[in-house]
Amino acid sequence: MIAAGLDPIAQFEIHKLVELSIGKYDISFTNSSLMMVVAVLSVSIWLLLSSKKSLVPGRAQSVAEISYEFVADMVKSAAGKEGLRFFPFVFTLFIFILFANLLGMIPFFFTTTSHIIVTFTLAMMVMSLVIGYGVFKNGFKFLKLFWPSGIPMAILPFVSILEIISFVSRPISLSVRLWANMFAGHILLKLFAGFSIMMITGLGFFPGAIGALIPYAMTLALTPLEFLVAFVQAYVFALLTCVYLSDALHPGHH
Amino acid sequence: MEAEAAKYIGAGLACLGMAGAGIGVGNLFGQYLSGALRNPSAAPGQFSNLIFGFAVTEALGIFSFAVALILMFVL
Repeated sequence: MIAAGLDPIAQFEIHKLVELSIGKYDISFTNSSLMMVVAVLSVSIWLLLSSKKSLVPGRAQSVAEISYEFVADMVKSAAGKEGLRFFPFVFTLFIFILFANLLGMIPFFFTTTSHIIVTFTLAMMVMSLVIGYGVFKNGFKFLKLFWPSGIPMAILPFVSILEIISFVSRPISLSVRLWANMFAGHILLKLFAGFSIMMITGLGFFPGAIGALIPYAMTLALTPLEFLVAFVQAYVFALLTCVYLSDALHPGHH
Repeated sequence: MEAEAAKYIGAGLACLGMAGAGIGVGNLFGQYLSGALRNPSAAPGQFSNLIFGFAVTEALGIFSFAVALILMFVL
């Protein structure tokens, strides 16, 4: 059905670059790990170069300052002043996901966040922090999260069950949202780019090239949308992290 | 029914989910715009809420799209 080289799934294949294993566990350095390292290195270089703290900031420094304030405002508005103790965590998460998404937009680069295991690990990290810190700070009062106040006794058990279900499904929805957006977006780009190639290989150059313009225009229109999605999904992931952390800070406030 | 045919029917059915996301996103931006035209000075403050709502709504459409893609290309 699909010509070789145009398979939209092939871009998500993982290759082992350096084979490593501990016992029976395969911990090879793959192209996915390579992209994570590239993301972390590029963030580190950017932030280190822009940490000269000159009074009149250059471009790199002002982008760093804007992203700092952007994330700090988000944490403050979603989790309150106390939430600022989680600022380093949320900032790291946001910048890492943003860079992983944006680097994935470069042609022939691998998108780390298009694998659900990566996003699920990030989501589980967030949820373990929420549960760990919630129990550490509130003790048993953390369970108030599932026993909201101000609700008639008759429907309280039902609401409580709903709260538990919504809490348990949080890591799934958090990770699937990011994964599905990156996965679907990259497939969409590849599909439309593949359509214009199929037009030319199928119809010959003269009528094919004219027909190929339509999917090509779609690819052109989708690329900026994917950049927007890359940013918005990183933002939403960080924002939801703040919302969940605010549950750990103030359980029982809904 | 052949498994191959069922796969294509399933992918088509999964795409119906995108209609719901379309209604949701259209509703979201329409309501934002009508609110913004009534009170333009309050509009920029709600922009992050708009983007947040957009991402959460759009994710549901993306989920159905991902199901369709998995049926078509992975399974």
